[in-house]
Amino acid sequence: MGRLPGIRGYPVAIHRTTKGGTMNPRTFPLLATIAIFLMAYAICSAQYPTIFSTRVAGNLLTDNAYLGITAVGMTLVILSGGIDLSVGSVIAFSGVFIAVMLRDTGLHPLIIFALLLLVTTAFGAAMGGLIDILAMPPFIVTLAGMFLARGVAYMLTIDSVPISHDFYTYLQKAYYLMPGKGRLTFIGVLMLLTVLVGMIVAHRTRFGASVFALGGGVATARLMGVRVRRTTVQIYAFSGFMSGLAGIVFSIYTGSGYPLAAVGTELTAIAAVVIGGTLLAGGAGYMFGTLIGVLTMGLIQTYIVFDGSLSSWWTKIVIGVLLLSFILLQKGLVHLSTRRQGVRT
Amino acid sequence: MLAPRFLTDIPNETGPLGRWQAGHDMLLTIRSLTKSFPGTKALDGVDFDLAAGEVHALLGENGAGKSTLIKCLTGAYRRDAGEMRLEGRAISPSSTSEAQELGIGTVYQEVNLLPNLTVAQNLTFGREPRRFGLVNGRLQKLQAQEMVQGYGLNIDVGRDLSTYSVAIQQIIAIARAVALSGKVLILDEPTASLDAAEVRMLFDVVRGLRDRGLGIVFVSHFLDQVFDLTDRLTVLRNGQHVVTERTTDVDRLQLIHHMLGRDLETVETPGHTEAGDVVQRPEMLRFSGIGRAGVVDPFDLTVHKGEVIGLAGLLGSGRTESAELLFGLRRAQTGEARDANGPVAIDTPQAAIAAGFGFAPEDRKTDGIVADLSVRENIILALQAKRGWARPLPRAEQDRLAADYIKRLDIRTPDAEKAIGDLSGGNQQKVVLARWLAMNPRFLILDEPTRGIDVGAHAEILKLIDRLTEDGMAVLVISSELDELVVAADRIIVVRDRRHVTELTGAAVTTDTIMQAIAAEDTPPLREGVL
Repeated sequence: MGRLPGIRGYPVAIHRTTKGGTMNPRTFPLLATIAIFLMAYAICSAQYPTIFSTRVAGNLLTDNAYLGITAVGMTLVILSGGIDLSVGSVIAFSGVFIAVMLRDTGLHPLIIFALLLLVTTAFGAAMGGLIDILAMPPFIVTLAGMFLARGVAYMLTIDSVPISHDFYTYLQKAYYLMPGKGRLTFIGVLMLLTVLVGMIVAHRTRFGASVFALGGGVATARLMGVRVRRTTVQIYAFSGFMSGLAGIVFSIYTGSGYPLAAVGTELTAIAAVVIGGTLLAGGAGYMFGTLIGVLTMGLIQTYIVFDGSLSSWWTKIVIGVLLLSFILLQKGLVHLSTRRQGVRT
Repeated sequence: MLAPRFLTDIPNETGPLGRWQAGHDMLLTIRSLTKSFPGTKALDGVDFDLAAGEVHALLGENGAGKSTLIKCLTGAYRRDAGEMRLEGRAISPSSTSEAQELGIGTVYQEVNLLPNLTVAQNLTFGREPRRFGLVNGRLQKLQAQEMVQGYGLNIDVGRDLSTYSVAIQQIIAIARAVALSGKVLILDEPTASLDAAEVRMLFDVVRGLRDRGLGIVFVSHFLDQVFDLTDRLTVLRNGQHVVTERTTDVDRLQLIHHMLGRDLETVETPGHTEAGDVVQRPEMLRFSGIGRAGVVDPFDLTVHKGEVIGLAGLLGSGRTESAELLFGLRRAQTGEARDANGPVAIDTPQAAIAAGFGFAPEDRKTDGIVADLSVRENIILALQAKRGWARPLPRAEQDRLAADYIKRLDIRTPDAEKAIGDLSGGNQQKVVLARWLAMNPRFLILDEPTRGIDVGAHAEILKLIDRLTEDGMAVLVISSELDELVVAADRIIVVRDRRHVTELTGAAVTTDTIMQAIAAEDTPPLREGVL
């Protein structure tokens, strides 16, 4: 008889009766992510010592703030075994929505932010509802959402709309000067806060436990009392909220709204989540890993800028290689642990 | 006269059920439970009682109604009629969680916990201790530790569930079910993937719970375990209650009679072939030492032209697994197949098909038919697969084949383009047969060919099998219906505990001898070389 229950490729490890001992294999991908990031940082710093400075660190956070926030939402979705392809388009829609509203109405940006977050959260919730009610694959539903959001952005404007508002200028200039003249910007801090919120939601709430449960297997989760529909709606609503927030950050970062912005961000976010050690099939991963994943990708970009002679396409190539090695690492872990399991039988 | 107080504690030996005879103090009583599905009556007026502090086995072959009964009890199905009472109160749970709240917990063969969460998360899922709205991890572990106490587990509840063996996961699942429900515990084939030591460990836990006063329903097809663990047993057959008795009052042979539904007195007529006929037929295939560790012990099988071989045994005895080894669905670790021309590869189904084998699986609905495709498409499926998709079978040829087999096998369908899912079970089975006949196989394996087919169609399928062999095709039939095997087969091989134990030929082929072989305690494995 085969040994149960390697549900959906989740690593099954050895039988133990002793307490403590070796590490939980679940943490391996996270530890690998952190190790790779530290190693990459060390190598980059060795070659360009200025990379090891608060300036670069501050920029790393600022430049990747919108991606980090998007990836927090994406992590939760992927942990539940789903996928959200609409996030890039929602970011573009958000920028356009803010720019057009600021241009055409006299509303304060904060009110517009609130309106926007309401819209994107509802949008996510609607996608989650469709996924559950129609029992449709998340891939298809959010793909439709991706086209829809991008289309609506185009409906609002086809041009890049600049944002000029005193409040925006204030947000753009808000920073804390770290020792070493590095700037910890408002959006950088916001991103870190978002990750913190994400960590709490995913690892410290009943909702988070339900998300992991769905990723472990919907039928089992239902048997254990997870309210599948409500949880699914909440997951995609969370992702919608985070994409809206990322859109706000992106508009602060670029100072404009453009319907063609953030094309492909959904895939970059998925890559960050996977490099961050989350199992693409769902059910295992850490929110903190996603932050490291985002920073690793940002670091590669920074290195290429520092080098100056390398084409920016190298970023894509390195990310591709990283992604592949992480998938192989996870497969390897599954293989290793099932083999050890097999020895026991 | 006042009876001494202690006398009331003595079991009432007057009835066959002893102290469990009285109905009023039962923990759970089920009366006239009925549940129908389109085409079948899964439960037909079934009665069932469960006392506090007993382990009660629920037995029956596939389709007997065991799982339907359990599903009604756990709220997965709504019953059509009948009554269920828990501690005297009428209940009708509409979901698993409602059943849980009432006090009925279930543990399934495939552990229904989440392998990707920690043991503590699994145990406290949905009831995590919280502080300021956030899960309190420390308290969660403490509570979990408390829940597994008394189960003899020395485990770290902070680790992922998947890091522990299935037996431990099973016990953790029981701990969760008991903590959540606490009155009735249903164990549905809990030992199917455990080894002997693990089974003992699990049984110790179950006995402990029984002594704490839980009512435990134990579903298993391992009779040794039933005799080892349970206090009473109830047998269902074809959706009906057959018998409820104390386990100690039943012997193995009787029990098998109850399950398979034959009386000891009934002596069937021998098989349709005369003794000795078999050996006169030319040998076609010889399998020697085919086996796989943990699946079926190595066995030999010689197949002659035009014979029907029956494979008998209880559910889970290894009969289906034997067929799967022969057809390459499971790869045999040992042994080889030969025919007159030399070795025959049976490593994969493709190889087996190329060697002229056919296999109609047990679960027709999921493995046998493609419900949305037409009768014609289902018939040509295997033939087309063999040709390769680049060379489609001409439509005229398809139509001819379909029309031919609809006529030959008397498949009742308005036309060849009807979706097969709309046909009755018997006709679906005929289409599956037609699919393999179109391949012109020399060796056809039929796993439960009459399962889920109405009685009239049974005889037809049997007649069909008989006709097929006239042209020299050999057929291996697996069936729980012993009298069908007796009628259809020239030889019967009995499988027990994953071993081929006996071969019956000619006049020895009766339901009686088969049942005795199934019930026998210990026989050396059947290897032709040894005999």
